[in-house]
Amino acid sequence: MAEQNKENPESLSRRKFIQNAGFTVGGLAVGGIIGSLIPKEKKTETKVSQQKSEDFNQALMYFTPEQYQVVDAATERIFPEDDHGPGAKALGVAFFIDHQLSGNWGFNAREYMQAPFFRGEKVQGYQGRLNRRDIFDIGIREMQNHSQAVYKKDFTELSGDEQDAVLKDFEADKVDITTISPNGFFQMLRSVTLEGAYSDPLYGGNKNMDGWKMKNYPGSQMAYADIIDKDFKVVKPQSLKSHMTH
Amino acid sequence: MARKLPKVDVVIIGVGWAGGIIASELTKKGLKVVGLERGKERKTEDYFMVHDELRYALRYELMQDLSKETITFRGNEKVRALPMRQYGSFLLGDGLGGSGVHWNGQTFRFLPYDFEIYSKTVERYGKNKIPADMALQDWGIKYDQLEPYYDRFEKLAGISGEENPLAGKRSDKYPTPPMKKSPAMEMFEKVTKQMKLHPYMMPSANLSESYKNPDGIQRAACQYCGYCERFGCEYGAKADPVVTVIPVANKTGNFEIRTHSNVRRILKTGDKVTGVMYTDVTTGEDIEQPADIVVLTSYVFNNIRLLLMSDVGKPYDPNTGTGVIGKNYAYQVIKGNAVGFFDDKEFNTFAGAGALGMVVDDYNGDNFDHSNLNFIHGGMISLSQTGLRPIQNNPVPGGKPTWGKEFKANSVKYANRFLSVASQGSSMPFKRHYLDLDPSYKDAYGDPLIRITFDFEEQDRQMAKFLATKCTDILKGMGPNHIDSMKDLGPYDITTYQSTHNTGGVIMGADPATSAVNNYLQMWDVDNLFVVGASAFPHNSGYNPTDTVGALAYRAAEGILKYRDQGGQVV
Repeated sequence: MAEQNKENPESLSRRKFIQNAGFTVGGLAVGGIIGSLIPKEKKTETKVSQQKSEDFNQALMYFTPEQYQVVDAATERIFPEDDHGPGAKALGVAFFIDHQLSGNWGFNAREYMQAPFFRGEKVQGYQGRLNRRDIFDIGIREMQNHSQAVYKKDFTELSGDEQDAVLKDFEADKVDITTISPNGFFQMLRSVTLEGAYSDPLYGGNKNMDGWKMKNYPGSQMAYADIIDKDFKVVKPQSLKSHMTH
Repeated sequence: MARKLPKVDVVIIGVGWAGGIIASELTKKGLKVVGLERGKERKTEDYFMVHDELRYALRYELMQDLSKETITFRGNEKVRALPMRQYGSFLLGDGLGGSGVHWNGQTFRFLPYDFEIYSKTVERYGKNKIPADMALQDWGIKYDQLEPYYDRFEKLAGISGEENPLAGKRSDKYPTPPMKKSPAMEMFEKVTKQMKLHPYMMPSANLSESYKNPDGIQRAACQYCGYCERFGCEYGAKADPVVTVIPVANKTGNFEIRTHSNVRRILKTGDKVTGVMYTDVTTGEDIEQPADIVVLTSYVFNNIRLLLMSDVGKPYDPNTGTGVIGKNYAYQVIKGNAVGFFDDKEFNTFAGAGALGMVVDDYNGDNFDHSNLNFIHGGMISLSQTGLRPIQNNPVPGGKPTWGKEFKANSVKYANRFLSVASQGSSMPFKRHYLDLDPSYKDAYGDPLIRITFDFEEQDRQMAKFLATKCTDILKGMGPNHIDSMKDLGPYDITTYQSTHNTGGVIMGADPATSAVNNYLQMWDVDNLFVVGASAFPHNSGYNPTDTVGALAYRAAEGILKYRDQGGQVV
């Protein structure tokens, strides 16, 4: 295992870099993060309370409690806790998905959703009229129906192996649903689980940057110029939040 | 009725690399230029929070809003074309700087062979080498003629690189030295040298050191932060139009950029264009901007779409092979790859730059003998280190589970323990690969979407397989514990990301019957209309297209100035 270094390797702080990174055309500033982003005065040291504050982000914007629980359980099977570290549950992935569904992504706001709708070839991509909110509503309900049909229990009451079997049926299109593609729903659930595990913690997942730590991913760093030509080294991760204080 | 504005010398449609270069060259000579850009303004300060993979790479922050406009696609004419409802195969840029903002910065010259591909192929292998349905043709320009313009673009952008032993002759060296070499790149270099191949450092627009270009623009060096493609550069280190040519044009006082201005028609009377009609997307108002010269510099798809909607130029008809607008749509064949998994070696692959890598061109162009091969051309092979970001980087050896306990263990283990050797295959034109207007789907303004008819052909399948084998051979020498490589190319699939290197549709050439523009990118049919971009490529090479787009834009700027002085066709 590589040795963990205590400090970030880059020699430039963001503030210093900003001051060095201007570019000009005949004395005319044409860009660069000069000026506007450098705090006018040095911050005064404020005593930050070391008390752990409540995570106000962990509440629901879209899901019902039942939907939340099904998604929380299913994503944990996709990305389970193990010796490497936390799984989807502890990383806050279900909250992340809930928050994503509440906004643009849930409404397919930046995607072409105009009629006419035709079933296409696989290589032509998604051609449905449902948005992601609709698909999640239907998909979660059908997971419950399928669990009831096979095991006479809710998805959340199943053993881990049984939950995997339900997910595999969706993945293999072995669930008879007419409104959505079971595999399409499963693939969406899988992708958004990984997004929740590894996106910047500002979105509500990747709690405590634990997803990044498992992978030795350093998050948002200003520079790797000093290590790009060197052998692997663990760099202590930082999130976008750290940029706000520079 | 559209409100009519006073006439200007030149109106430019779309302010990305091509539009920016033309604006800077013409305004320096005193022409009054209006640049119409349908997206918003962009500046380096926008990228304060750019290290956000979800926002930029997965939610496409810098890309065109598909709810307003997209393309439709079908593999062949028997199939109903359907809209690309979500992003996949390629990413359309949006806003000031266009796709020039979110590129990687890999800046290659095409090979001398590319420009004379038809003649050279016939000369070396005979006519029968070219399949009957392949629409191969020469470019109407030779490498030596284009060389000075390549040099200008590379100096504008400050390209960092070293001589490629298998490329065309250079009049000057690269303006800045190559980028740094990562340990993985050194492994690739060592192995390819042992194999008697010819490795060289990828030419990079990311800047190996701080650089002042001939326009006096100074930019800082790349910090290898690993956020280039799909992102804007927070340092202005990566050359893009916003930090190079646009400020130069602005400084002349002769350039006016109007953002949020969506050009919907080019206006034509007789054999001349008279200006454009655009919609101010903030108010919905239709506005007419008259101009002496119109320069069409949007992305490939909109170049063709605007010409077809405006009834300018003769549309291509795949049944008769006549007409030119929409012809020779080509792409890139990039799936011929190999991935190696290392159990005991970890790499800093989270770090990188968009154009950091090592390349061999031994299997590109006609650098190798095709006598016994069922394809022409080839592609570059590289090991690049563009920065692996965690959401999209979950490598598992082939056949292993893609979710659950074993998936998690593998994807975490191999996140920094795999290397890819990848090819970027060329894309030859075919008679039935083309662009036209979709008969049913419309954009937010009620105008038809552009329709792509395209699939991979036997040429592509053979080439991809060949290149995958070469990638595998190189990778073997690097000593991974396990290698996965492409077995079959499969059909063209619009759902998975491949490359934003769409080309053709308004191609250049020496003959008005088979090309739309001359070698100054001036339309054969309309003397005062220039159509600039990768739309001018008669085929796409085994390299990234931007250097060639930049070179052609410099040449087009010269052509426009010539036209202003002497009128008529400038060739």
